[in-house]
Amino acid sequence: MSDWEPKIVCFFCNWCTYGAADLAGVGRMEHPANTRVIRLPCSGRVSPKFILAALREGADGVWVSGCHPGDCHYIEGNYYARRKFALMKDLLEHMGMDPGRVQFSWISSAESTKYVDVAKKVIESIKELGPNTFFNKTQAKVA
Amino acid sequence: MLGYIDKIREISKGLLKDGKVDMIVGFRKGTAPLMNEPCRIVRADDTEHLVWDSNCGINLANYLANRKEKIGIVAKGCDSRNIVTHIIENKIKRDQLVIIGVPCKGMVDKFKLNRMADGEILEASEDEQSVTIKGEGFEKTVKKADVLQENCAVCTHRNPVIHDVMAADPVEEQKDIDPYAGVKAVEAMSTEEKRNYFDELTSACIRCYACRNACPLCYCPTCFVDESAPQWLGKTLDHVDTQTFHFLRAYHCAGRCTDCGACERACPMEIKVREFTKKLNKDCLELYGWEAGLTLEQRPPLDTFKLDDRENFIM
Ligand code: SF4
Ligand code: SF4
Ligand code: FES
Repeated sequence: MSDWEPKIVCFFCNWCTYGAADLAGVGRMEHPANTRVIRLPCSGRVSPKFILAALREGADGVWVSGCHPGDCHYIEGNYYARRKFALMKDLLEHMGMDPGRVQFSWISSAESTKYVDVAKKVIESIKELGPNTFFNKTQAKVA
Repeated sequence: MLGYIDKIREISKGLLKDGKVDMIVGFRKGTAPLMNEPCRIVRADDTEHLVWDSNCGINLANYLANRKEKIGIVAKGCDSRNIVTHIIENKIKRDQLVIIGVPCKGMVDKFKLNRMADGEILEASEDEQSVTIKGEGFEKTVKKADVLQENCAVCTHRNPVIHDVMAADPVEEQKDIDPYAGVKAVEAMSTEEKRNYFDELTSACIRCYACRNACPLCYCPTCFVDESAPQWLGKTLDHVDTQTFHFLRAYHCAGRCTDCGACERACPMEIKVREFTKKLNKDCLELYGWEAGLTLEQRPPLDTFKLDDRENFIM
């Protein structure tokens, strides 16, 4: 499976990471094209259902990114999100999901360099994990 | 514990007679042994149908959500914690309730007893320490302590945390037990082992949703399992659909689950669904110092935050 490339579904907050990705593009910075970005109004909008839905439909990894704590456009959305993510990640891994399949970051709209760095890291680490077989319905044993 | 019933009947009768409540929610004898059923009593004379023994494992808080009447409710430790949860989630008002607190010494596990029986159990009786089961050609007496529901065996809140009147003096709380020993055992496994463990655990699940229906926390008008646009999980028995259900069911109980065991008790396939919720309970305790249903004064963990919450997993 040498030509296998991971598909990574990214849930980015409109006010920060999405902007950072945009800025990176404007600045002609590059990273491998494994990401599929879904823009959300705030990291607080991310529901575990979205993450499971992405994996279920065949994503090999999920990357969620929002504003730094204290910088949320809606003041405290990402503080609530942080608690949701902590519990979610722990339970997923408790059930046997590879640590690193679902990743989180805080990236402000000015941090295009951090964006590219993290993107590369996320892509690299998910590549290492190989194709997702957990919560992936495309390999259903039953129709 | 068996002596409580006279007191429960007396209190209930008084409440109905004096018009302090419109109904009593309690237990009456079920049609099958080892299965008392929840009931609603509206006439003072009918309070004699109320019962209390070790077969009252169903969580009565399940019958409170969105009620408008004044209700007297019989509540053991875990029911009382789910009542607290209902109040802080605005599913019922404190002043609508007269809580008849019942100190609890644990409910017996009908699955365990069924496995011990040499045939169908047709009759069951109990005294303070033991349970006797009878069927065609067999009779067995076992110690209650050996056949408790698993959640009761590790329960540390046997006395109601909230009550208006008590049916008996508080019982001694269990000490020196680790409610999370099982979770720790799974935590120590490798990723592969964990995956196999949970796949195996849920392999018999028929997705009847009895576990969800028995849980007082599951009161949404439309459950995620029934949503169709978007559809979050398929209706099949493929393990992805099943695991998605179990993950989300548990996750929706995060910071709210009281480990009452009603879900496990309701499962016709004897699936240990508490394995999922217990992990979240442990996390909530370790990360946010929270145990569900102990206080009306604090917001639950997913409805609040601290500036220095754990974020070592965020880049
Ligand atoms: S775990 Fe048990 S009660 Fe819950 S859906 Fe599966 S079979 Fe039904
Ligand atoms: S998830 Fe199970 S143990 Fe937890 S509150 Fe609901 S019924 Fe009780
Ligand atoms: S607005 Fe970006 S995380 Fe809330």
